[in-house]
Formats: sequence, structure tokens, C-alpha cells
Amino acid sequence: MLRSVIRPGVYYDSVVLMRVQRSLAALPDVLDAGVVMATPANREILAAGSLLPEDLANSRADDLLIVIRAASAAAAEYALSQLDELLRARRTASAESYRPHALTTAIGELPDARWVMISVPGEHAAALARQALDEGKNVFLYSDNVTLTEELELKQLAGERGLLMMGPDCGTAILSGVGFGFANRVRRGGIGLIGASGTGLQAIASRIHELGGGLSHALGTGGRDLHQEIGGLTALAALDLLSRDEETRVIVLVSKPPAPGIATRVLAAARRTGKPVVVHFLGQPRPERRVGTLHFATSLAEAAEIAAGLAEQTEPAGASFAKSSPGALLRGLFSGGTLAAEALLGLRVFLRTIASNVGHDASYRDTSQNGHRLLDLGDDEFTVGRPHPMIDLTLLRERIRAAATESSVGVVLLDVVLGDGAHADPASELAPEIAAGKALAASQGRALEVVVIVIGTEGDPQDLARQVAELGGSGATVVRSVGEAIERVTAVLAVPTGERSGRPVPIEALRPPVAVINVGLESFHDSLVAQGAATLQMDWKPPAGGNRRLTEILAKMGAPRR
Amino acid sequence: MSERIDIDAANRTAVDRMTATRPMLMGVEKAADLIPALRDRRLLHAGPPIAWAQMTGPLRGAILGAALFEGWASDEAAAATMAERGDIAFEPCHHHATVGPMAGVVSASMSVYVVEDSASGKRAFSTLNEGYGKVLRYGAFSAEVLDRLRWMNGTMAPLLAEAIREGGALDIRALIAEALQMGDEGHNRNKAGSLLFLKTLAPHLLSASGHLKPKAEVLEFLGGNALSVLNPIMAACKLMADAAHGVEGSTIVSTMARNGTEFGIRVSGLGDRWFTAPSSVPDGLYFPGFGPADANPDIGDSTITETVGIGAFAMAAAPAIVSFIGGAPEDATRATLEMYEITAGEHPHFTIPALGFRGTPVGIDLRRVVELGVSPRVNTGIAHRQAGVGQIGAGLVRPPLKVFEDALLAYAEKYGY
Repeated sequence: MLRSVIRPGVYYDSVVLMRVQRSLAALPDVLDAGVVMATPANREILAAGSLLPEDLANSRADDLLIVIRAASAAAAEYALSQLDELLRARRTASAESYRPHALTTAIGELPDARWVMISVPGEHAAALARQALDEGKNVFLYSDNVTLTEELELKQLAGERGLLMMGPDCGTAILSGVGFGFANRVRRGGIGLIGASGTGLQAIASRIHELGGGLSHALGTGGRDLHQEIGGLTALAALDLLSRDEETRVIVLVSKPPAPGIATRVLAAARRTGKPVVVHFLGQPRPERRVGTLHFATSLAEAAEIAAGLAEQTEPAGASFAKSSPGALLRGLFSGGTLAAEALLGLRVFLRTIASNVGHDASYRDTSQNGHRLLDLGDDEFTVGRPHPMIDLTLLRERIRAAATESSVGVVLLDVVLGDGAHADPASELAPEIAAGKALAASQGRALEVVVIVIGTEGDPQDLARQVAELGGSGATVVRSVGEAIERVTAVLAVPTGERSGRPVPIEALRPPVAVINVGLESFHDSLVAQGAATLQMDWKPPAGGNRRLTEILAKMGAPRR
Repeated sequence: MSERIDIDAANRTAVDRMTATRPMLMGVEKAADLIPALRDRRLLHAGPPIAWAQMTGPLRGAILGAALFEGWASDEAAAATMAERGDIAFEPCHHHATVGPMAGVVSASMSVYVVEDSASGKRAFSTLNEGYGKVLRYGAFSAEVLDRLRWMNGTMAPLLAEAIREGGALDIRALIAEALQMGDEGHNRNKAGSLLFLKTLAPHLLSASGHLKPKAEVLEFLGGNALSVLNPIMAACKLMADAAHGVEGSTIVSTMARNGTEFGIRVSGLGDRWFTAPSSVPDGLYFPGFGPADANPDIGDSTITETVGIGAFAMAAAPAIVSFIGGAPEDATRATLEMYEITAGEHPHFTIPALGFRGTPVGIDLRRVVELGVSPRVNTGIAHRQAGVGQIGAGLVRPPLKVFEDALLAYAEKYGY
């Protein structure tokens, strides 16, 4: 069944006609179709395909010839009825822009992008992240299965370049209201978040929003940032960055328990921000509710609540380190075992290793390492053959004197417990000892801080006010709780020497307009588009199709430069 | 490893030489007078070297046709016997400063365009384009095909030669540049370029010696063939590509060509070695009555256009033919944008209006192709797999990545990476 139509005097580009022809041939029960200008050459082609109608006497080369071979007359008629529609039809022009294959091309297409978001398979992620850092871009690395060595290299490179390296395995970030990866729509505000775990950040962010608060930014570090090997490089860079961000008034730092030495560094950096920092190390007992500008939370929700509360306060939270002696040692001399235990628990978070006899710990006996030391002088071994130090201050005085002569000691911490049964006037013995110790240190050009925790009431026989006044008069700092003592001690000691090793990340990394190059999961791109952020999706494939030998050769040959 | 070659510098040199080449159409002459290899029953063909046994339909058909055209055999069977017996020798056009579309068969008595680079004096050659339908380059060799060849070489060639002599050398680079502004991409679409060619030659053809009727026939033949300028363009591209060849350490692709069985490339810094892999069937649109099952694997030297930054690389200049790759004009833009990712430079002379007159992507860098896994795009005609049927469609093809990977391995071996 062959049907044909001639349209005289019309012109269509041959490619349009071939497209229409293909569409006609695809219609039901159409066996073949020809849509051509009726030139002699085209007639030959039709004839070769048994598509040439018999009677074409009146047609000319500039006529459009449509031929349908169909299984039935109805199918042929239907096909011909579709002709005009098909000739008119243009594919909906897709607004989708070109998707580059190479990162360098993408950067050329979206030069304002300060961020590259990477969610490709882990084996390729590090190389891509390295390339992005080399190109001067901050990185949000969602991919996991990046080795610890690669992570360290990437974070060190970022430090050298003054870039922020979020991840690997970073699920969440919010920059100036634009969510990266998995993020909630949260009100803008003055709270900046730093967190390893994506859902942890999401939970805190959502809770802050629920409480009426808002976020400046949320920065992810990746789950292993506070491991010993990585050293909290991203957390430190993020703290430094948020410290300089005017929008951020309160910082929340949430993570799984850090390696001990890393916690020390991170907490010191947190205090150095000069802003209130709410800290929540999941599963690790908090040293105190508050230590200086640091507020410790016990749950994600509580962290959010503390932060929301702090953000409403207007007073500046600046902390002074004017009298700090970074690197100096602590001598803790306690008469109360429980006070010693609490102080040790809190201080260990800040001072890392403290030798002590508390809780059957014999580490203090090892004198080969000259480090921080905290002793319970009421423990049995010190009370053999002499009264308890709450009654007899001799041992305590000896120890204070000894500490004052040690040039490496910067802080002496002790407790004075008043009340019935205790020494009748401890200040009378301790104040002169303290004053002498401080004078000795001063004569040697050293600062010696003495912190005294006084426990008692105004009804106690020793006269609390007079005890406090006399001890204070000796030059000691008198506090009324272990928490205050920890704050004071750490303010003096827990400031690492020198600055963070990396170059500071320019504040522009956080500022709008947020523009992102996305490599990997297309849903991340869609989400950025929905948020109105400038974004470019790459059409990424594993380098050299994943061929190792070729990749090695290419690496040796070096990236092409225009 | 001591001194490493500066690959980027080598590539810049190669691309600069390519784009600085200024091919001028100098005339039309007998192939045998220009290409000594064509004596002794030798034929040139498209693509990398190939033996008769490996050839597919279109190339075999064109060879039989050339044998008949030269009078070496009296019929098809006799010609086939000669070819099988090895009585006819075959060499790639590319080895003899020549390029040919599709089968690309060149024989001694055929006339060829002579294109010359004014600075270096180097020359390249290409046959006269036969038009559409049953033609030798698609493997047809019927009496009508041979008659047309005789008319082209006997009547048209001398007139063209005289017209070019009268009109003076014709700047093909300028013609390509202008055609790109008029909606051509210089490979599959040469409508504007062919009209420019006709417009330039027409007055000189008319003032040539002899009767008016053959001149009118030549004008009609050239005007009726939207590919009439393809062959001089290909010869011009061959000159540009050859100028980029042989730069020590360069990873720029200096040849891409197919013989209907294999796709082959050569690389500037890797000498005259071909890297080949099986040629694939183009993805495209078919003439009425034909489909992919009828198609021959990709064939022809016309990929020389993409090699020097036009053809599919200039797709954004030719949105009208974009349906071959899927439809919307944006696809044409995307096609060109993609090629920027695998090239080392942008052409200083060939520009694309739709991209703000950005230069076309030029100089395919082996490294980029392999790393990104993006093979060059090629716009191409589709030949029927049987000799003699001719063109059955047009579309897009990409060379197999393997040829680029093999070339990279060879490069690593040669230069110690």
C-alpha cells in the first residue's frame, strides 16, 4: 500500500525532511516512508527503495514529495495526516547548558565558583579534590572511601592554599543560607556550626531553627578530622574562619570524641575565636557546663538550645589571655579526693596528659616525663604517719614551695576545704607560702599563677570572707568551684604555642553569591538550582576510563595547559 | 629521566603551524603528473593502509570502477581478478599529499585540485567532487558513473584549470572562514562554500575558451552539487594538518582517516605510524528505504576537516544540520563546546558567530581525549555496505577511543613516560 502527496513550491532543509521521514516511518503500521524534494537524484533513491510512486508526471524538482508505504490504507492516511504537525514540530529547546567533562573547563564556564562539590566514587575522589584545590577552589567532598593518607594530604594542601577542605565523607554544609549536600532550610542568623557528622549538623540546625534562631554558616569537617592522624586541620581552619566572620556571633562545635591531643588543640582554638563556642563531643563526659567562653553540651538538642540562648545575648564574650603562660606546667595539689577527680576529668580535655594518683592511677610515679601533675594528697600513701592534709598543711606547704622552685611550672592549683574538723585557719599558713612562691618566681622572671578553690560557707568557723581575702591578698586567684578553677587554669596553660599552620581561608569563601561546580550526584545540582545558587553540573567520567596505566602516563605527562 | 620535553610548547608549535597555513587553490592537473606513485597500476585510497581482502564494499567498488576507468580491465570480473591477484597496488592517499572523500580512490588519469601553502610551497591534492547519487566514491562503477568521470576529467577539468588560471589562486582558508559565517561547518554542510566557489569561478569559466554549452554544463554541475567545494577544502585541510605533523614531543593528532574497515590516526610527535581500530557505523539519519543494517562502517579521508578544527568541531556554526545529532540548535553549540575540551587551541581564522565569534576548537590533544574519554566528533556521510549503491544517509561518528589510547602508550614508550 503506497500513498504519496506532492507539496509544490515548498523548501525544507534535507535534514528536517529526514527527521520527519523517520518520525513517519515510526508510526503504527507504516512500513517505510520517504520525504524528499522531488529531484532526479532523490527519485532514484526512492526507486531503489521501491518507494517511487508511479505517476509523478507533473512534479518538479522543487516540489516536496511524501511517500508512505503502510500495511493498510488507514495507517497511510493517518501518517499523512501527521505530516504538517511533524514539519512544524521542533524539539523543545532544552535550557540545559553544556556539561563539561573537565574541571578546568567547568571553572572556565563558571569562574565565580569558589566551591567544587565532589560525590564521585571514592577511588577517584581524592585526585579530583586535589585538582580542585590546585585550581584554587574550596572543596566539599561528599565521597567516602578516601584513605586517611589522602585525606591528610588534601587537608595539608588546602592549608597551604588558604582553602577550606570539607570532608571526605562530608554530608552537610550551609554557606550563607545555601545548603550543600543534605541540608535543611534553616533561617539565617548568628550561629555558625562546625561538625563532622552530617546528621548531627542537621539535627542542631533544625533545632536552632525551631527555637527561633538562625545560622550564619554550617561547615562540615568529615568524620575523621579529629583523628590523631588528621589533627583537626579542617576544624581548626573552620574555627579560624568563623572567628573572622562578622555574621557569626556564636559557634557550635559537634563531633564524635576527638583524639586527646587533638581535643586540646581544637578547644584552645575554640577559645581563641573570642566568641562563645558550644562544644558537644558525643559520648564524652563534659568537663564542666562552662569553661570560659566554652559551653559544653551533653546532647545535640542541648547544644542547639545553649547556642540559641547565647545568640540572643548581646554581651561580648571575649576572653583575655594576657597572663597566659602557654607550655608551662600544672601542679595540682588537692586535699579532697573528689575535687581532685573532678578537676582531673575536666582538665584532661584541655591539657591532654596529666600524671595523677587519682583513681588508682600510678602514672604520677613516673618522673622521667616532666609534665602536668595532679595529686590527691589525702590519699593513703601521703597520710601514712601524718594527719590528713585538711588538718595538717605541712605536706601541702612543702609541695607549694617545691613547685615554686620548678622553672617549668606555671600554675599551682589547690583546694582549701573549710568547716568543722578542718584546719582552724588555713590561710594563715598558705597565704605566706603562696606569696613567697610567687615572689621567688618573679625574682627569676617567671609568672606563677596560684589558683585556690575554697569550699565552705559563711557560717564555718574559719570565717570564709577572711580566708578568701587573705588568700587573695597573697596573689592567689580564689575561686569557688572546680569549674571556675578549670577555666582559670586552662586560660593560662591551654593555649598552644604558635598559630595554626595553615594559611587563613579568605572570608569570601563563605560569602554570597555562592557558586558551585558539582561533580557527581545530580540531585545535589538540582538542589542548588532549586535554592537559586549558581551551579554547573559536570559530565564526569573516570579518568582514562579507569585505566591505571594510562592514568599514570597522563599524570607523568602533566595536565595540558592552553 | 633527564630533560623532559615541554609537551605544551610542542603542541603550541604544532597548532600554530596548522593555523598559520594558508592554502591557495592553484589549479587542476592530472594526478599522474603530480603523484609519481600512481604510475605502475597503483591506486590511492582513503584511510590507513589496507589490503584487498580486508576492504569493504564501497572501497572495493571504487577500486573496480577506477580499474575500468583506467582501461586496465574490460569488465567487473576481470578488474576483481586483478585486484585479488595483486595486479593492482594500493596505498593511502595520505602517504602522497592527497585526501579523498569516502572511498577516496585516485587513479592516474583523474584530475585533481592542486592546493598550495604560499609560505612553504608545499602542495596537497584532491579529486573533483562527483555530486550525489551513484558515484565512484561510494563504490558505484556503472556506465553512468564512468561516463560522468570521463566528462568531469575530459570537459570540466580543463575548464576549471583555465578558470583558476585566469581568476588567480583562490584562498581556500578565507573561503572556509566565510562559509562558517554562512551556516556551513565545512564537512557535511558545504552549501554556502560551494556557492562561494561557484560565484568566484563563474566569470572566469564563462570567459574561458570554447563553446558556451559545456561551460553552462559545468556551471550547472557545480551549482547543483552542495559538496563541490568539499574536495578543495579537504586538500586545504590536508596541508594544514601536514604542517602540524612531525613536531617532536607533540601530542596533537595530525591525521584522522578511515578506509571503511578501520579508523586510523597519526600523531604529530609519533612519526608516520598509524594507530588503527575497527571503524564503527555512524549514528544518523537514513534516506528512504535504508537503515543501519545497510550501512558500511565509517569511511573516508574527510575527517581531515575535524582534524584541523572544522566539520563537527564547528557544528555550532551550522545549526541547520543539527538534527543528525539529535535535534535542537543548542545541541550544535554543545557539540562544539565539547570539542574545546579535547583541543589545544582556538582557531584564529575560523570563527563561530553563535559563540561570540570564538575561534573553532583546533588541535586534538591525545592527552585530553584519553583522560576525559571524549573521542572527537565527526560529521559524516553514510555509505551502503554494498559496492555501487551509494550514499544512504548522514550522521555522527566518533573514532574508537582505542586508537588514542594505543597512541598514548606509544608516546609513553617513545618519550619515556
